[in-house]
Amino acid sequence: METFLTILLDGLQFSSYLFIVSAGLTIIFGVMKILNVCHGSFYAWGAYTAAFFIGKFSDMGLPDALGFLIIIAAAIVVGVVLGLIIEQGILKHMYHRDEVLIVLATFGLFLVLEDIILIAFGTDPYFAYQPMALLESVEMGGVIRDVYGLTLIGVATFVAVGCWLLLNKTKWGVILKAVIFDREMGISMGINVPFVYTLTFIGGAILGGLGGAYIAPTISVAPGLGTEVIVLSFAVVVVGGMGSIAGAAIGSLIIGLLRALAVHELPQVELFVVFAVMAIVLVFRPEGLFAPAKPRKI
Amino acid sequence: MTSAAPILQVRDLLKTFGAVVAAKDINIDVSKGEIVGIIGANGAGKTCFVNMVTGYLAPTAGSIVFEGTELVGKGPREVTHAGISRSFQVSQVFHSMTVEENLRIALAIAENRGVNALRLMESDALEAKCSDVLRRYKLEPHKHMTVSVLSQGIRKLLDIAMAVVSEPRILLLDEPTSGISVEEKFDFMDVVMGALKEDNVTVLFVEHDMEIVERYVSRVLAFYQGEIIADMAPDKALADNKVREFVIGKRH
Amino acid sequence: MLRDTTSKVVLFGGIAIILLGAIMPNWIVNQLMFGFSRALAILGLLVLWRTGLVSFGHAFYFGLGAYTVAIVDIQLGVTDVFVRLFGGAIIAGIAGFIIGFIMRNYRDIFFAMLNTAISMVLYGIIVKTESLGSTDGFAISLPTIFGIAPETKYPLFIIITMIAMISALLINFYLKTTVGRLTTPIRDNEIRVEYLGFSVAHAIHLKYTISAVLAGGAGALMAMSLGQVDPDSMINWTVSGELVFITILSGPGNVIAPFIGSLVFEVLRTYAFELAPQAWQLIVGATFLTVIFFLPGGIWSLIAKLGRKKS
Ligand SMILES: Nc1ncnc2c1ncn2[C@@H]1O[C@H](COP(=O)(O)OP(=O)(O)O)[C@@H](O)[C@H]1O
Ligand SMILES: [Mg+2]
Repeated sequence: METFLTILLDGLQFSSYLFIVSAGLTIIFGVMKILNVCHGSFYAWGAYTAAFFIGKFSDMGLPDALGFLIIIAAAIVVGVVLGLIIEQGILKHMYHRDEVLIVLATFGLFLVLEDIILIAFGTDPYFAYQPMALLESVEMGGVIRDVYGLTLIGVATFVAVGCWLLLNKTKWGVILKAVIFDREMGISMGINVPFVYTLTFIGGAILGGLGGAYIAPTISVAPGLGTEVIVLSFAVVVVGGMGSIAGAAIGSLIIGLLRALAVHELPQVELFVVFAVMAIVLVFRPEGLFAPAKPRKI
Repeated sequence: MTSAAPILQVRDLLKTFGAVVAAKDINIDVSKGEIVGIIGANGAGKTCFVNMVTGYLAPTAGSIVFEGTELVGKGPREVTHAGISRSFQVSQVFHSMTVEENLRIALAIAENRGVNALRLMESDALEAKCSDVLRRYKLEPHKHMTVSVLSQGIRKLLDIAMAVVSEPRILLLDEPTSGISVEEKFDFMDVVMGALKEDNVTVLFVEHDMEIVERYVSRVLAFYQGEIIADMAPDKALADNKVREFVIGKRH
Repeated sequence: MLRDTTSKVVLFGGIAIILLGAIMPNWIVNQLMFGFSRALAILGLLVLWRTGLVSFGHAFYFGLGAYTVAIVDIQLGVTDVFVRLFGGAIIAGIAGFIIGFIMRNYRDIFFAMLNTAISMVLYGIIVKTESLGSTDGFAISLPTIFGIAPETKYPLFIIITMIAMISALLINFYLKTTVGRLTTPIRDNEIRVEYLGFSVAHAIHLKYTISAVLAGGAGALMAMSLGQVDPDSMINWTVSGELVFITILSGPGNVIAPFIGSLVFEVLRTYAFELAPQAWQLIVGATFLTVIFFLPGGIWSLIAKLGRKKS
């Protein structure tokens, strides 16, 4: 029972952070049709920026509660700065090119940004435990959990509800959905598509950064961070259906829970359970579980 | 009129998309050599009918028999092999290749089925055929142009030329003149129909312009909400009350 | 079949390189062996890339080829270079043919990702399986040629170069056949290809199988050149990424391009590791972006330009 609860909570926490990151990835894909490999860098930069400043502020004797502000600020700064530079500087000039080429360009960017992290932050890990220590821990059904980890589930829920409201209850949602369904139709409706692209990319990048910044206090922030997360969130969006927020949520739950189960019960398969699920889903549902509708061709 | 069995027999064709009925109770016999015009308002089910005959959409029920073989269950490729080709409402050509390259690959595919596809593509015979098609469809002046820079009319011509290289016995044209200016329409149809006459192919074509229908077809099928409301000679069809009301949009 | 310029260059260039190999220093011969081995896999990716397909998981076939060599060596004591090479290529080819039934239905990123997924499943299995060498891999005994154990690497170099030549000639021919020409047409409009009477699925299946055979052969040759196999340098997704990188770097224009691209990559890597060991990824990434932006035809387009100026 306690193991079950541990697996469940571990799984949910894992799913939550996967969801925050994947939501950004899937929105960018849905609107711009770009599979953004350097999304992993947004995550890594978010984590490093947050960890760095939480450590600095703590050294300066400022209150630990500021950590939460830093996390949000780090996500926004990373998302806006990196998102704007990459979209305006590079991607904007590639929209007429092949979809795969754009993926490869973002892969190139990812490699560059990974090494810049090494140069900027060095190879030693950073620890930013202060916000987590602040919230202490609770006992639930016989297992002890960090409250901070549990708030992650809350943040993910908040992001999910926020995305849903944005897409379904606002004028912005109507515009986004039109562009998602058919870009040409969006243009003919008078939508300023380039502007929508820029905002979408920044929004997605902020979510990527938020995932990293929020998780930073619970891990040792070290090189290679971005690689793991990008591979996992790819699996999430592929399983869920590229471009679907609901799909990202379901995909995160499936991957997160399965991986927690593997870690606790069958560590040998931990590494490839994710890929096996992804391969199986792709084989039986090529477009993922929640494939968005496509316009008619002929 | 010939007494021979019809080349195409469509029986009780039905197609539904959820609640939308795109085709219903469609029964048609087409004889060899006929030129049939298909008319109907937007959304009447004309493209859907063409898609079903050519294997792009599977009918919900019914049968389509071509020269004695059932087509339902076959895909576009098998229908092409059986001897039916089509053109498209929005031309489906290889837009980043030149006109000549488009035709060359179309001809090569038509010639080299199965393992023959592993032979060298280019040959003198292929070049000769290619120039012949370019000439007949008046595409010579554009042969070195990339398709994406060409006008809608030229693309449509190429689209049709590519459909006929497999030497089909039935050709379905989906709105061949859509996107072509009124002044150019007749010249365009003269080129197409002239070239097709040489091949002696049975043609079914979807058309909105009644003048063109009157000029080229021997028989009209009028679609309304997925059903055929008239199947008669063009002069009769244009005078028919139902056709005037539901297709042409004029009250009597 | 051998009348065009490309075939002649492959033939005479190959013979010249084999002859020069006799007097070249060892380290150059080694680099050429690695470069040509890897280039075989790139040749296969070129066939896919022309059709708009990028596989981010061809390390699967590369690794299958390499591990086949290791396993027939350790389990069966097979040392013959040809048995090992064809064993690796055939195993990879069979796997590619079977997986091809699924893969031929996928395009774009789905194709890329499904390939990644299966390669990572294999990677995961090997890393966690003691009897498959786990993370350490295996050392491989030196290959023999018709029962003779050569004293230097030169005979293996000759064989690799000849295999590279033959593969380049065959692929050069294939690219001029009707199915080989179905590249841009498939990228542009699959519906039309089907309506012309050709099965896009069959065409892609063939291309995929060809690429698997070549990647398997490349892995087998690489394993024999290096004398060892391990999951991180044979099957991990970084290996697949490297293969894609070299493909883009080379350019799809000609079957000679993969060989030039692979050699440039070997040189780039050797120097990058010496000059800036910390910034290897940065160099690769920046080169990647530069090529995509300013040299969409890869290195080959530079060579083609030079050739056009001369004539
Ligand atoms: N693939 C499809 N999915 C859903 N509905 C379709 C599809 N194809 C056609 N329809 C519907 O079937 C009806 C007939 O369409 P169509 O054959 O394209 O008309 P048209 O006569 O203008 O060519 C329309 O109501 C259309 O919305
Ligand atoms: Mg229509």
